[in-house]
Amino acid sequence: MSSQALSQNKERFELNLGPQHPATHGVLRVKLLMDGEYIVNAEPVLGYIHRMHELMGENRTWAQYLPNMGRLDYLSALSYNLGYVELVEKMAGIEVPERAEYIRVITTELNRISSHLLWFGAFVLDLGGFTPLLYAFDDREQILDLLEAVTGARLTYCYFRFGGCYNDVEDNFLSGTLAFIKRLRSRMPMYHNLVTKNVILMQRLEGVGPISAEMCRKYGATGPVLRGSGVNYDVRKNEPYSIYPEIDFDVPVYHECDSMARYNVRMDEIDQCMRIIEQAIAKIPEGPVMAEKVPKMIKPEPGDYYHTVEAARGSFGIRAVSDGKNQAYRMKLRSPTFSNLSLYQEASKGMLLADALALMGSLDLVIPEIDR
Amino acid sequence: MDLGINVVEMVIYLVGIIAFAAGNAAYLVWVERKGAAHIQRRTGPKEVGPFGLLQPLADGAKLMSKQIIFPDGVDKPLFMLAPLLAMVPAIMIFVTIPFSETLVARDINIGLLMIFAFASVNILALLIGGWASRNKYAVISAARAVSQNVAYEIPMLVITITIVLITGSMNLREIVASQAGPFWHWNILPTNGNFLGPITFIMFFICSLAETNRAPFDLGEAESELIAGFHTEYSSMGFGLFFMGEYANIVIGAALTTILFLGGWYSPFPETIPYLGTAGAWWFLVKMYLLIWTVVLIRWTYPRVTLWSLLNLSWKILIPFSLLNLLASAGLVKFLG
Repeated sequence: MSSQALSQNKERFELNLGPQHPATHGVLRVKLLMDGEYIVNAEPVLGYIHRMHELMGENRTWAQYLPNMGRLDYLSALSYNLGYVELVEKMAGIEVPERAEYIRVITTELNRISSHLLWFGAFVLDLGGFTPLLYAFDDREQILDLLEAVTGARLTYCYFRFGGCYNDVEDNFLSGTLAFIKRLRSRMPMYHNLVTKNVILMQRLEGVGPISAEMCRKYGATGPVLRGSGVNYDVRKNEPYSIYPEIDFDVPVYHECDSMARYNVRMDEIDQCMRIIEQAIAKIPEGPVMAEKVPKMIKPEPGDYYHTVEAARGSFGIRAVSDGKNQAYRMKLRSPTFSNLSLYQEASKGMLLADALALMGSLDLVIPEIDR
Repeated sequence: MDLGINVVEMVIYLVGIIAFAAGNAAYLVWVERKGAAHIQRRTGPKEVGPFGLLQPLADGAKLMSKQIIFPDGVDKPLFMLAPLLAMVPAIMIFVTIPFSETLVARDINIGLLMIFAFASVNILALLIGGWASRNKYAVISAARAVSQNVAYEIPMLVITITIVLITGSMNLREIVASQAGPFWHWNILPTNGNFLGPITFIMFFICSLAETNRAPFDLGEAESELIAGFHTEYSSMGFGLFFMGEYANIVIGAALTTILFLGGWYSPFPETIPYLGTAGAWWFLVKMYLLIWTVVLIRWTYPRVTLWSLLNLSWKILIPFSLLNLLASAGLVKFLG
């Protein structure tokens, strides 16, 4: 297709996609050089909601920086919470009670389902199908209600603490979660019948927007984007943390490298998340949810620390350099969508505008997380 | 010509047609919003009047009270002309549509031809609107709309010729009259002598969806790609007229399908349910609104196709098949009828 696009004629024009555009899901701006309906070059322009999260980490105490984690990727905030508290626990050598670990996994995986559900709706909306969005929101609403009961927030969670969780979960949260999983299991076939097996959708996604494993490696793409390119890499399996090694789950991998593969990875991940939650609820022990000896003011040993977790959009890593004070000397956040978006310029060359927007949707962008 | 009577009649028909077109446009928006809401498990408009029934009036009042914004560098005369061109031909088409045996403004012998002539003006409106807006999204959208309408006008006309061959008339009233009787006399069914009827109907329905720029063929106003397409820069009643024109075209598409394939004003079961009457304008409306509801259902179910697959569908499938269909039907008419 690309050769076709370049040979047609020389009448090219620039098209400014965003920062206010329905397809960019936020304030991303893409500078497009178009040749008719074909894209010659697509240059993402970032920074419209840069909030200096990294710098904030350098002039706040370790505990004060915790709420910032809910504001990076607001759709799967708990994964970011988890990544940060685990890093600080690693730095300060804090042991976490087992019950707290289970609660963390249950809530994080619930959050991952809600993130994937929202992505599903928004992605089909990008393709012009409006209705699935509201069905997905209906299910997501149940998760938000469950998490609200535990964490007190519906979107920007700040639930985990160094050494455990803010509060214990009640039995009706666990039974409510199981009831929700039962409900979602019965609704997944509906999603597949309505959307996945839709002829128009298959036509729009299959073979469109190829991202090879090479390209993923070049730009550091992770998460469903990488797994849709046939690379079996999931931080939960490859660099296990928390109680994931004790839980039996599969990592969905598709080798087609197209938008449909990324779609399938995320849909299968919803199933796997449900498996994880069920096992965690079956195994959850009694006990405290907070470690006993957590210092009021954390002052980690000087050193260079890195911790990474599998967020809904890929591997989220935090590098913190401590000089022994109560603040970080340097804080660096590795946000997965930033890397995933980096490959957009190369991947979208020569594509049709409509297909390029489908590709962008399949990357599952959350702009506040890219800009930080 | 007896002018005295004709003038009164003309005025009545004129007012009636405009009221019908505008009322339909307004209330189809309500149907669409309410229908979409129920498909999506929402409530839809409910505040203005019972069941939100006065919502179209509120929307109309809002649109009319807004300022018409002319962005820098628009071609003002063309910019203002385009919405009119979208609405006026649509109203003109209603002149020839027979709602019942007698309820027709002008019984023209070449009614079918006139409908297609005026329907082609609609695309000019999109083109002018998109071009005059001086907005790149609008220009892309206009270009898309033109290639789409050109591609779908051909199979649509070929299919219509097939019907003209079978019924032997271009007069809409006569086309319906040739389908008189219970539902197995209709052109849609193979029992009417033409076993290609159902295929012809499906092809025609797809074409009419594409011609009216409805989902899944709404490439001209693909909101996730082109914001609002050709009417991105329109505000106030400029936008309102485009909107009304779109809905009027849906009504026309459904009315034409009813006339050509579904036996117009004839009851499907004249003998089994005699008290519903054998014919009447309300049968016409029932069939037409059922078709419109199908169009609404399709819009809220399917994602959008891409431009290339849309054009492929027309040039590679619909045009060859409609031509084959025409040949086969001509053969049938020659050797059987």
